[in-house]
Amino acid sequence: MTTAIDHIAIKMGSVRGEQEMSRRISRRSTWYGPIALAIIGIVAACSPTASPSASSAPNPSQPTTGGPSASAAAAHQPVTITVGVLRPGATQEAVDALNLQISEFQAKYPWITVEPEEYNWTAPTFTAALAAGTLPDVFTIPFTDGKGLIAQHQIVNIDARVRALGYADKFNPNVIVNGQDDKGAISAVPIAAYGMSLTYNRTLFKAAGLDPDKPPTTWDDIRTAAKTIAAKTGVAGYAEMATENTGGWQLTTSTYALGGRMETVGTDGKVTATLNNPETKAALERLKAMRWEDNSMGSTFDYAWGSINQAFAAGQVGMFTGGSDLYTAMVQNNSLKPDDYGVTVIPLEGADAGVLGGGTLAAVNVVTTEAQRDAAVNWIDFYYMQKLLTQEGAIADAQALKANNQPVGVPSLPIFDKATYDASQQWIKDYINVPTAQMTPFTSKIFDQKIVTEPTAHTQELYAALDPVVQAVLTDKNADIDALLTKANQQVQDIIDKG
Amino acid sequence: MSAVSEAVPVSEPIERRSGLRFRISRGGLGTLVFLTPMLVVFGLFAWFPIVRAVVMSVQETNLVSEPTFVGLNNFARVLSDPQFGTAVANTAWFALLALLFGFPVPIILAVLMSEVRRGRGLYSALAYLPVVIPPVVSVLLWRFFYDASPHGVFNTILGWVGAGPLPWLQSSASAMPSIVIEATWANAGATVIIYLAALVAIPPELYDAADVDGASIWQKIRNVTLPQLRSVLIVTLILQLIATAQLFTEPLLFTSGGPNNATLTVLLLIYRYAFQNSLGGDYGMAAALSLMLAAFLAVFTAGYYRLTRSWSTSS
Repeated sequence: MTTAIDHIAIKMGSVRGEQEMSRRISRRSTWYGPIALAIIGIVAACSPTASPSASSAPNPSQPTTGGPSASAAAAHQPVTITVGVLRPGATQEAVDALNLQISEFQAKYPWITVEPEEYNWTAPTFTAALAAGTLPDVFTIPFTDGKGLIAQHQIVNIDARVRALGYADKFNPNVIVNGQDDKGAISAVPIAAYGMSLTYNRTLFKAAGLDPDKPPTTWDDIRTAAKTIAAKTGVAGYAEMATENTGGWQLTTSTYALGGRMETVGTDGKVTATLNNPETKAALERLKAMRWEDNSMGSTFDYAWGSINQAFAAGQVGMFTGGSDLYTAMVQNNSLKPDDYGVTVIPLEGADAGVLGGGTLAAVNVVTTEAQRDAAVNWIDFYYMQKLLTQEGAIADAQALKANNQPVGVPSLPIFDKATYDASQQWIKDYINVPTAQMTPFTSKIFDQKIVTEPTAHTQELYAALDPVVQAVLTDKNADIDALLTKANQQVQDIIDKG
Repeated sequence: MSAVSEAVPVSEPIERRSGLRFRISRGGLGTLVFLTPMLVVFGLFAWFPIVRAVVMSVQETNLVSEPTFVGLNNFARVLSDPQFGTAVANTAWFALLALLFGFPVPIILAVLMSEVRRGRGLYSALAYLPVVIPPVVSVLLWRFFYDASPHGVFNTILGWVGAGPLPWLQSSASAMPSIVIEATWANAGATVIIYLAALVAIPPELYDAADVDGASIWQKIRNVTLPQLRSVLIVTLILQLIATAQLFTEPLLFTSGGPNNATLTVLLLIYRYAFQNSLGGDYGMAAALSLMLAAFLAVFTAGYYRLTRSWSTSS
């Protein structure tokens, strides 16, 4: 607004001069027209769409021929890769731990230079970086985006390189499928899996007279505990994420926990949106009651992933649902006091109830050379996989983290088989520095729970369509849940039908 | 002879050369040289993006895969999107609120400041200070003020007089007015300075004459001040309307368009089309809506100037 006004003010002052100028310029317009067109032509010729250089870039959909032997041949050529591994706002200790791991990697692969970059996946920032070609050479994405990016040839096919590592067949098939195309070729490597959990503040539980070692086991328990915390401590007993697609993500979690589903896939493969199912409605009715009848949800209803972590670490939230691996982020970014942290499984109620499971894939940018792709897979193997597969890798990783006061032993779900997972936990036993006893309510029960994958078709768009529904319920006492769900369902069905 | 016979046909080129020399001597080449950087900069950062937007509006593209031509399909999809109507209505609602609060406030402030005889510079600086603060900083600061708990800054102040607490940004009803208040605070300073300059330029004889006629303060404002400010008012009004139609930073940072799309504006919808889907934005739809907005504003502005042409000359 200001700039425009200033601009016009200046323009007004020079109008008379311009009028005189325009008369002179008009006589020379025959000169300037072709010049301007020529410049525009040059600019257009330099544009990405007009440039033939795009065709000379490696085609990400083509399996690369550079197998292990080719990699070895090129191995001694110096190569530099950027890796998106540093959360914005990470503490110096987290940076130091990463630098230590990078130095260990570069000792093993002296011809590779690793340059860490700040990176945190969010839908809007990822889309912009993807379109602009500014993503790091190695970046991470949620399970929900793997197949879509592969189908659109936006990440590199690294099948041969990953299979050359020798453990591709050990992946849990339900996990690796998120990074495979229709023919089973690997374009993204699963590096972590989580189950949704109920994170709770043990200190607030104690302050409210609740037993933090006996967290809620039913949704009614959660509601009662939230009411008690709010009444006794004055902070939100329970909070729900509601923006940046997280509202839909959490509502889907609640729906799964009651046995509902957001999409169904017919025998013909046709996907039908089922957002207006009875379980989603029940989950929203409960939220509405907690917000407007119990007044146990505080006064902030626009939390996203980062802000709810921050509020929880600051002692402003008693309970919320989120990934079981949040502890690391909250320590690294939000200075969480370990004594505050408690985590338990989400109550499952209903015939087909399950825990929403998700995870993270590591992928390689399409704008990389063959040598960089080799180096990228080496990095993925070293940084993400070796700690899960080998005792040496697990201990080296744990030592680097512990030396810099970073969490070791945060609960997660296996991306290989359960035996491999148990072995990796055993290897790092002596280095575990997280309050495992406070995580027992989760770790002792999660493997008995049914894990359900996220909706498969247009997942993030589905979540985005549900954000306003959650927001409406939390900010409007008279929100019409049926109408809201019907509208969101139609919106998602239209997106699915469009393909 | 031969020299003479050869001299005749070249007389026209000599004329052309002299024409070129004439142009150069009059500064034509120099003008061109000075103009070139501007042409390049504008070409790269203004005209080229505009041309690209026009092209993309008829394409389906995620800027990574090969684009496909879809004709006017993107425009049709925008018009049939239920969010489009919401965004237009919200933008109009913001424009109306901004007009009611944001337009008179700078005028009142400028009139008051023009009456001050000492320390006018200080008041001008204070009025302009919010404009100097980066918008992101302002919004984050005001987010803190708008904390909806009873311990929030504004709610604490309201509590002193027994009012509140208000939900501010956490309610569909109060989110947009809250944004208008911040936007008025953030942007009024620049307009105040313009009005102040215009007010100071009003000949004091007019007020002296009004005094002689026994005019009251209100009559002086109505019959002297406002007519003298007419041209400036007309320009600032259209600029404000254009700016309100392009509201983006505040709803993005304050509410992300929520709650329940209550602060979803046209520009925020363009942003959502482009960036909400992590699997590649619908840049075609975003470009189509951008062009629709640009066309609307162009037509609106032309109509506005046509309508106000007769009023803009001071009488």
